[in-house]
Amino acid sequence: MQKQLDLLQGTLDMLILKAVSLGPLHGYGILLRIQQVSKERLEIQQGSLYPALYRLEHQGWITSEWGASENNRKAKYYRLTGAGKRKLQAETENWNRMADVIAGILGTRPEEV
Amino acid sequence: MTAWSRFRSWLQATLRRSRLESDMREELHFHIEAYATDLTRSGVPRQEALRRANLEFGGAERVKEECREARGVHVLETLFRDLRYALRALRRSPGFTIVAALTLGIGIGANSAIFSVINGVLLKPLPYPHPEELIDLHLTAPGVNFPDADPAPFLYFTYREQGRSFQSVGLYRWNTQSVTSLTEPEEAQCLNVTAEVLPMLGLQPALGRWFSERDAAPGSPQTAVLTYGWWQTHFGADRSAIGRQIIVNGISRQVIGVMPTNFRFLDRDAAFLLPLQFDRSKEFLGGFDYPGIARLKPGVTIEQASADVERMIPIALHSFPPQPGLTVKEFEDVRLAPKSRYLSQMLIGDIGKTLWVLMGTIGIVLLIACANVANLLLVRAEGRQHELAIRAALGATWRDIARALLMESVALGLLGGALGLGFAYAAVRVLVSMAPSHLPRSNDISIDPAVILFTLGAALLTGILFGMIPVIKYAAPRIQNELRGGGRAATQSRERHHARSVLVVTQVALALVLLVGSGLMIRTFQALRGVDPGFDPRDVLTLRIAIPESQAKDATAVIRLQQAIVESIRAIPGVASAGLTTAIPTERTGHDLVYARDKSYERGVPPLRLFKFVSPGLLAAMGNHLIAGREFTWTDAYERRPVAMISENLARELWQDPQLALGKQVREDLQGPWREVIGVVNNVRDDGVQEKPPAAAYFPLLMNDFEGDAIAVRRSVSYIVRSNRAGSQTLLADVRQAVWSMNPNLPLANVRTLQEIYDQSLARTSFTLVMLAIAGAMALLIGLVGIYGVISYAVSQRQREIGTRIAVGAQRSDVMKLILSEGMSLILIGLAVGLAGSLASTRFLSSLLFGVTATDPLTFAAVILLLALVALTACYIPARQAVRIDPMVALRYE
Repeated sequence: MQKQLDLLQGTLDMLILKAVSLGPLHGYGILLRIQQVSKERLEIQQGSLYPALYRLEHQGWITSEWGASENNRKAKYYRLTGAGKRKLQAETENWNRMADVIAGILGTRPEEV
Repeated sequence: MTAWSRFRSWLQATLRRSRLESDMREELHFHIEAYATDLTRSGVPRQEALRRANLEFGGAERVKEECREARGVHVLETLFRDLRYALRALRRSPGFTIVAALTLGIGIGANSAIFSVINGVLLKPLPYPHPEELIDLHLTAPGVNFPDADPAPFLYFTYREQGRSFQSVGLYRWNTQSVTSLTEPEEAQCLNVTAEVLPMLGLQPALGRWFSERDAAPGSPQTAVLTYGWWQTHFGADRSAIGRQIIVNGISRQVIGVMPTNFRFLDRDAAFLLPLQFDRSKEFLGGFDYPGIARLKPGVTIEQASADVERMIPIALHSFPPQPGLTVKEFEDVRLAPKSRYLSQMLIGDIGKTLWVLMGTIGIVLLIACANVANLLLVRAEGRQHELAIRAALGATWRDIARALLMESVALGLLGGALGLGFAYAAVRVLVSMAPSHLPRSNDISIDPAVILFTLGAALLTGILFGMIPVIKYAAPRIQNELRGGGRAATQSRERHHARSVLVVTQVALALVLLVGSGLMIRTFQALRGVDPGFDPRDVLTLRIAIPESQAKDATAVIRLQQAIVESIRAIPGVASAGLTTAIPTERTGHDLVYARDKSYERGVPPLRLFKFVSPGLLAAMGNHLIAGREFTWTDAYERRPVAMISENLARELWQDPQLALGKQVREDLQGPWREVIGVVNNVRDDGVQEKPPAAAYFPLLMNDFEGDAIAVRRSVSYIVRSNRAGSQTLLADVRQAVWSMNPNLPLANVRTLQEIYDQSLARTSFTLVMLAIAGAMALLIGLVGIYGVISYAVSQRQREIGTRIAVGAQRSDVMKLILSEGMSLILIGLAVGLAGSLASTRFLSSLLFGVTATDPLTFAAVILLLALVALTACYIPARQAVRIDPMVALRYE
C-alpha cells in the first residue's frame, strides 16, 4: 500500500460535493466513499469532515435530512442541491484547468524554454 | 451562496439553537459509533474499537465549536451565551438583583409612561391624510387689543374666491342644539360645518353621503349627518336611519349620512353635524365667530399662506358692506392680521412645554436611579475582585471580563425595562385619568410600538451607562495585583472611593434640582389658591338651557319663560339664590367694543371687552358683588331700558373711580342708543385664575337696538344655582322638575358645579405639581438609600481602622465626627452643584409658575435644608454603627 497523501488545502469541500453527487450519504458514508474511491490513498482527519459539511450546508450547496442507516439507526443524510451541482461543475473545470497548467509547468524541459 | 439559504440557516440557528445542538451531538455520535462497529467487525474488541474511534475522530468539543462557527452565527451565539451567564450570575444574588431591577424598573417605567404621553400628544401625526397640509386660520386684531380672533363668513367667501395657496377652505362652529323628536328632549353637542370641511379631512362617510354645496346653500332642504356613536345609541345602528327626519331646534332635518367610527373633530366628540348656510349676498363685515380650517396646496408653506391671507384682508374689507352702525374705516383700524398655525399646533396648544419639563424631570429620576445601581454594582464588583482576578489568571483577557461585567448590567437593564413596561402600562392609565381634562389628544395615548422601542432603548442605554463605571474601574489590565492582596486590601484605594463619592455628589445635586422644581410648583399652587377669583365656586350648580323658537316665539316670551324657570328653581328648598348669565368663568364667550360717550375715538376703535348678558340675582348666585350702583331688575329687561353694568377694572380704566362711572353712558357701536352705567361689578377672573381679570360689560337679557338687532334676546343661557345641595343628584332632579314644570320640552345641558370649573382652571398646575412632587419624592427616597448605602459600606470596609482607632483611645464622639464630616462634605459639594444646576434649570419652569419667581429664595432655602437634613440622617445611621464597633471584634479578624 502506498503512503497516504495529506489533503491539499481547500480540496475537501470539492471531494465532499463529488461524493454526495453520486447519491445521498451520511457523514461517515462520505468518509468511506472518499477513501474507497481514492483507494485509501488520501488521509482525512475524521473530525474535520463535519465543520466542512456544516459550512457547505450553510452556503446552500448541500442539504441534509434525517433518515435510517444500513443497520437501521438514525443518521443524517446529505444531498447535493442544484446550486451545489453547478458549484461542483465549476470547481471541477477549475481544478482540471489548474492541474493542466501546473502539470504543463512541471513537465517543461529545459530546451523548451 | 443564496441569500435565502443564509437567512434560513441563521433563522434556524437562532430559533432552534437547542435542537441544532442536539442534532449535532447525535450526528457526531453516529459517526463514532458506526466507525467503532466497523472496527469491531474486523476483529477489534469492542472497548478498544470505541477508544480508537474516539481518538481518530479528534477532539469532539473542538469539532463542535468549529461546526457552530461554520454555521455562521458565532457572534450572536456568544452574545446569547454571555447573556445567559450574566443571568445565571444575577440569579446567584437575588437580593442585589431584585433591588437593582426594581430601582431601574421604576425609573424606566416612569420615563416610558411620560414618553407615551408625549408620543400620543405631540409626536403622532393627526389621523387625517397629509396632516401637514391642514392649517388653522386664526386672526389677530392688534387695533382692538385682541390677540386671537376667529375668521368670519365674509373672509371665508374672499378666501374661497381669491385664495392662491389653499386647496380648500372651510368654517365650522361648535354649539349645542336641542333635539325634540326623540323620547326625551336632549341638548346635544353639534358641529356646524361648511361643505368643504369633511372632504378636506380626507375621510369617507360610514353610511350615506356628506354635505354637498347644495346642502350648504341657503334655502335648501335642511339636512344632518350623524356621528357613529350617536347613530348607535339613538338609532340602534339601523341603516334605515338615512332618510329619516330629526327635529333640531324645532326644525325638521333629513338624516343624509353617518360619520365613520371614532370620528372626532379636533379632539372633540359631537352627536351630529349640520351644514352652515351662508348667503353671500347678505354677508357683511363682522361676524368673527367661526373658526376656520384650510388645506394648503402641496408645497405651499404656512408663511406663504399667511402672506396670501394678508393680501386678501384689504380686498375683503372693500368687497362687503360694513355691519350696520360701523364703517369700513373702523374695520381697518382693527388691523386684522393672519395668525395661521398648523392644525396640530392649534390642537396641542402650549401643553408641549409642560410635557417636556415632565420628561426632563423623570429623566433625572432615572439618572439618580442609575447612580444607585452603579453604586450597587461597584460594591458587588469589589466583592468579586478575587473571582475576576482568577479569571484573568486563567487566561481571560480584560476584554472578556469587561464583556461579562457589561453583559450583567445590560441584563439588569433589560430586566428593569421589562418591569418598567409593566409599570408604565399601569401608570399610563392613572396618568390619563389624572391628566387635566383639557389635555389634548388623550385618546391617542397608549403603549404602542414606539413606546416599547423607547423602553428597550432606555433599558439598553441605562444598562450600558451604569455598567461602564465598574467596567472602567475593574476590567482594566491591572487586575493581577488583586490576587496578591488576597482580596482583603487593608484600605480602600483612593480612586475607587472617588468613584462612589462622585455618585453621591451627583445624586444629591440631581435630587436638589428636582425638589426645587416641586417646591416652586407647590408655591405656585398656593399662590393660585390664594387668588380671589371674583366669584365663590363653592356650592354652585350650573346648567344650560336653550329656548328654541318652537317653544317661545317672540323675545318677551323667551324672558318670561326664563324668569319663570329661575323663580321656580329659587323656590326649591335649600336653594339660596339663582340667576342667569351667558358667560361662565373660563368659557370663552362673546367680545365686542365699548364706546364711552365722554371719550373721543378719532384715533381708532377701542379695545374689545368681554360681554355678559345677565339676569337679576346673578351676582348673588355667582358670588360677585357690586362695587357701586345697583343691579339690573326684571323691569329693566321687560322695558328694554338702555342700561349696562361694567367691571371695576373697566370703570377705573375709563373714569378712574367706580363711583364716577355711575351715570356715564356707553354703547357697543356707533349707531346703537347710549346705555347708562347703573352699576359697577367686582373684577372676575373669567379667563382662568392665573390670568388677569378681563374688562367686562354687563347687559340685560332683553334689549332694543343691540349690535344691529332691533330686539336682542339671549335664547341660550346658563342657570347659576347656589345651594348647599349643589352636586347632589337630588338637587339636579328637583331642578329638572322645576324646569319641566314650566316647559317639558326643554333639555338641560352642561350640568356641572362651579367648583369643577374652578378646579379645571387649576388642573394643569395641579397635574404638573403632582407629577413633580412624585418625581421629587422618588428622587429623595432613592437618593437617601444611595447615600446610606455608600456611607454604611464605607464604614463596613473601615471596621478594622475604626476598631484600631478606638483601641488606641479615640473617643466615640471623634469617630462619629469623622464619619459624619466625611459624609457631609460630600453632601455639601452635592448641594452646591445642585444649587448651580437648579438656578440654571428652573427657568424652564418659569412659564408654569405663578406668583413666585424661578429663583424664589424661600423655596431654595427650604429645599436645601430639607435635603441636608435627610442626607444627614442617611449618614447618621451608619455613623452610629461605626461608633458601636467593638475594637476586640474588629481586631480579632486580623
